[in-house]
Amino acid sequence: MSSNVNSVKNTLKVALGLCVVCSIVISSAAVILKPMQTANEILDRNKNILIAAGLFDPNVNTNADVEAMFAEFTPRMVDLDEGRYLTEEEMQSLGLDPQTYNQQTAKNDPEISGALGGEEDIASIRRRADYATVYVIQNDQGEYQSVVIPVSGYGLWGIMYGYLALESDGNTIRGIGFYDHQETPGLGGEISNPRWQAQWPDKEIYDENNEVAFRVVKGGGQGVHQVDALSGATLTSRGVENMIEFWLGERGFAPFLRNEVRS
Amino acid sequence: MSMNKTILIKPIFVENPIALQILGVCSALAVTTSLSVTLVMCVALTSVVAFSNLFISMIRNHMPSSIRIIIQMTIIASLVILVDQVLRAFVYDISRQLSVFVGLIITNCIVMGRAEAFAMKNPPIPSFIDGIGNGLGYSVVLIVVGTLRELFGSGTLLGYTILPSVANGGWYQPNGLMLLAPSAFFIIGFFIWILRNKYSEQVEKDEFAMAPHTAEGGAH
Repeated sequence: MSSNVNSVKNTLKVALGLCVVCSIVISSAAVILKPMQTANEILDRNKNILIAAGLFDPNVNTNADVEAMFAEFTPRMVDLDEGRYLTEEEMQSLGLDPQTYNQQTAKNDPEISGALGGEEDIASIRRRADYATVYVIQNDQGEYQSVVIPVSGYGLWGIMYGYLALESDGNTIRGIGFYDHQETPGLGGEISNPRWQAQWPDKEIYDENNEVAFRVVKGGGQGVHQVDALSGATLTSRGVENMIEFWLGERGFAPFLRNEVRS
Repeated sequence: MSMNKTILIKPIFVENPIALQILGVCSALAVTTSLSVTLVMCVALTSVVAFSNLFISMIRNHMPSSIRIIIQMTIIASLVILVDQVLRAFVYDISRQLSVFVGLIITNCIVMGRAEAFAMKNPPIPSFIDGIGNGLGYSVVLIVVGTLRELFGSGTLLGYTILPSVANGGWYQPNGLMLLAPSAFFIIGFFIWILRNKYSEQVEKDEFAMAPHTAEGGAH
């Protein structure tokens, strides 16, 4: 019996059988659970947009409120280089949909993205997609209430992804929220802490020369262009600063804000 | 029946995998900063140990000894991926906080240790029960550590405020050390201390007897 079990034939048979069974179990689980996982990811992203815009209070609101609250926002696609909204026809010809467009995957698609040179790549993200989805609230007259833009930048361990919400002037910050990062829990990971994020609202991005003046500074952050850095997380704080400098600069959303929002 | 009961109860205190065998300490440090995350991790690990024991025991008589470990790893890894997928679908927020530590159950020594030490030699049902017992033993330690760390580190339990912290207008100054990994070491150390006071047979013998100080014997 034991020699039969240990024979080469039996070894191959057991190995093969086990691999087939395991792979079927795992792939069917992945396929069956995929829709729920995607729904969770979208819910989480939308929640972070709401948190950035200061509409969602985790102590008061629950996940069930997200959908209704998020309905206020209109997702629109922006051409970053030309700084304007894409028209319906352009979106159709490019095959883009603001609901499903994923800037992170688009970033690696050579058709609709470009590499960033050393000097330009302030946030160390290497490549940037040509288009982005922004979320806007406009009143009936078409006046902006709020604009939420996606931001990303390299922290200490990896790229941090978040949303920055601006007031109707395209300059005053309404709030910030991060939905994905790998920063050290308790140190850099505190970028997700509502208490740290609470100092962002009402700070301003640009100075009188329309340069990005926003800084993350150690010890204080009292100025109108400053927030306090995180203690024990110098590189994460610097990453956040670079992220803002890039995404609100000329290679980021500055042309769009100038043309569409701040005018 | 009483045999099965012994298998279930014994690993909880008497042969606790963390306290006696000092296995699986890594995740005990990493996922115990908040109790809700800890509980999910306990359920995840218990189900993986129980089912990996069950399946490995079921096929133990057909397992060629030359690829025994690989087979065990394949079964454990598949179960872990399955658990990870389920967590991502049903408790997304907590799975985000657990991040890589669900995946690291694969390398948790308790799972592999029980498969090799128990499931390879025993029939499926006792193996399954042994898995549950060891999962519970792991859970007891993690829940103790998680409760203390969340209570004293953030002043909350399961997210509900117990000790209102200074930052939120209360009186309790949270102990930041509790949120860092070393505090889990201290708590597990105290846990083992208390346990070994109660069950003194758990105390290990010195591997090397300390030689008496011999001033007169000259240098050796």
